[in-house]
Amino acid sequence: MDIFLQQLINGLVLGSVYALVALGYTMVYGILELINFAHGEITMMGAMVALSVIGALALAAPGQPGVLVLAAGLVVAIPVCVALGLLIERVAYRPLRHAPRLAPLITAIGVSIILQNVAMLIWGKQYIPFPAILPQGRHTLYGASITDVQIAILLLATGIMLLLILMVQKTRLGRAMRATAQSRQVASLMGVDVNRVIAATFAIGSALAAVAGVMVSAYYGLAHYYMGFLLGLKAFSAAVLGGIGNLGGAMLGGLLLGLIESFGAGYIGDLTGGFLGSNYQDVFAFFVLIAVLVFRPSGLLGARVVERA
Amino acid sequence: MTGQRLAWVMAAAMLVAGCGDRPQQNGDSQVVLIGQASPLTGPQAHLGKDNENGASMALDEINAAGLTLGGKKVVLEMRSEDDAADPKTAATVAQKLVDEGVVGVIGHLNSGATIPASKIYFDNGIPQISPSATAVAYTASGFKTAFRVMTNDAQQGTVLGDYAVTKLGAKRIAIIDDRTAYGQGLADEVEKAAKAAGGDVVAREYTSDRSTDFMAILTSIKGKSPDLVFFGGMDPQAAPMIKQMKQLGMKAKFLGGDGAQTPNFIDLAGAAAEGAMASNPGLPLDAMPGGSAFKAKFEAKYGKIQNYSPYAYDAMHVLIAAMKRADSSDPAKYLAELPKTDYQGVTGHIRFDAKGDLAGGAVTLYQVKNGKWQTLETVQSGK
Repeated sequence: MDIFLQQLINGLVLGSVYALVALGYTMVYGILELINFAHGEITMMGAMVALSVIGALALAAPGQPGVLVLAAGLVVAIPVCVALGLLIERVAYRPLRHAPRLAPLITAIGVSIILQNVAMLIWGKQYIPFPAILPQGRHTLYGASITDVQIAILLLATGIMLLLILMVQKTRLGRAMRATAQSRQVASLMGVDVNRVIAATFAIGSALAAVAGVMVSAYYGLAHYYMGFLLGLKAFSAAVLGGIGNLGGAMLGGLLLGLIESFGAGYIGDLTGGFLGSNYQDVFAFFVLIAVLVFRPSGLLGARVVERA
Repeated sequence: MTGQRLAWVMAAAMLVAGCGDRPQQNGDSQVVLIGQASPLTGPQAHLGKDNENGASMALDEINAAGLTLGGKKVVLEMRSEDDAADPKTAATVAQKLVDEGVVGVIGHLNSGATIPASKIYFDNGIPQISPSATAVAYTASGFKTAFRVMTNDAQQGTVLGDYAVTKLGAKRIAIIDDRTAYGQGLADEVEKAAKAAGGDVVAREYTSDRSTDFMAILTSIKGKSPDLVFFGGMDPQAAPMIKQMKQLGMKAKFLGGDGAQTPNFIDLAGAAAEGAMASNPGLPLDAMPGGSAFKAKFEAKYGKIQNYSPYAYDAMHVLIAAMKRADSSDPAKYLAELPKTDYQGVTGHIRFDAKGDLAGGAVTLYQVKNGKWQTLETVQSGK
């Protein structure tokens, strides 16, 4: 039981990070039908910028409470990522908005490679350690252990997601976003400034990515210029699993993927009597993805889209 | 067309064709190309760059001292390639080095990259010395061009598995590997030796050389209450792994191979690194015959030593020493001299056995104490 509970905690923490990143993919897709492959790299940039700020602060003013230093890191990382997201949208996607859909996909991959290499030039090729500034407290819960960092990730992710849902459902900007997602043309005829809405979507997605990047690097204790690639791929899969374009779907997909990975890696060896080991954990996760898509091609919560003629 | 111009054109043509007499004429001295291949991008770039620096330092020294082969003054030049620690890329860059006309190669860093590349060097008759590939398979294929100056996985794994059971008193052992030729090879040898010494392998789990999340497999391992967790892989995985062991409240000891025994491991794992143990083939840097002198020279030029640069340095010297004995940089001629190597290098006394492995290599065990790797003891591998 304690093992089960522990895997549940592992899965939820991992899943809430996936969910935050997946939201960025899904929001952009919902509005532009564009898969922003550079999103994973924005997550990485968030982690790197926050790490630099935290490192500089630790040198300049040692002995400050860890939470404050981390908050300072976030306060710098979020605007940097938002600016980066806006810049990418302006430079790489907006000029191609009326081009065939393959073109912005290719610029997205290009931007992703550029960001990786820029990060490599700025921060080097090494894994960068995350300074041990956070409380290292560990609590035991029915035989399973949960750390302060894990609790913080769960609370923060839940809070941010609730705020986002509230924003999309209740504010003018949220309404404009929903309108743009339904039809860009009609929304603009109704007086919605579509460009502004798209920019806002990129800004919000990038801010979420920055938070997720800082979470991941604080959780695993390291950051690396390549870290955005795999995280982005997993989060993208989570978004597809939940139904890309659907906010609730991205959250559900993220949590599910985290849980599937965690339980898959933890139990697959014992369940198959050692025939399949934990080396099949990714196979297992993607098998579930394929199985879901076979029966629900638009994802778990995705609306059934009528094929356009 | 004068004779000299004809020679230039022919040299250029040969360079393009990538065949023929490899050395190029360059004024009165001859330029000889030596290849170096290691991951210069990606998660292991810090280790790859370290190898490149080690080889490059040896090369600069030999050039500064002056090298004469076959009565001609020779200037060595290094061609360094990035194999990204990837087997497919390794084969591509190996072919590229061959086409560029290198007469010998120092590399690659990873076993997974070294093995496919070794076939290409063998087919083209280019001698290759790996400073750090430890997989048994590298020299087991019987290629006469393949050598290494590093204790192999069978030697290291046997020492590690035996040490875990007999010296550390671990009865229940969990083994994780990163599914690379290196990690898996080492873990297999540890498993064999631990079982032979009477230990019980209670879990065998797997991850990849790109992962940073091990919570799921560690939780599963924790349920089997092992005394010791062995990880076959590199420091970017070993460091978060030991952190996550602490997060899960695991009391088991942590033991790794040479991929984990790096300064980077301590930087990345921080306080969690305390008490971790890992081995490294050969002697500790301070106990190496030329260790402190190498350290001073290297750090003045390139900064902190990551891990294998002394081996890359020795490998370059061993390669050039064979050329000197043959009095030629022609691979066909000096290859015959390589098995006769008897070289006192920075890392120790280098001789090769019939397969091209380092004969009678030592394995040293280290433990992190007070944020530094401290030597536990050196064990001679009985081959």
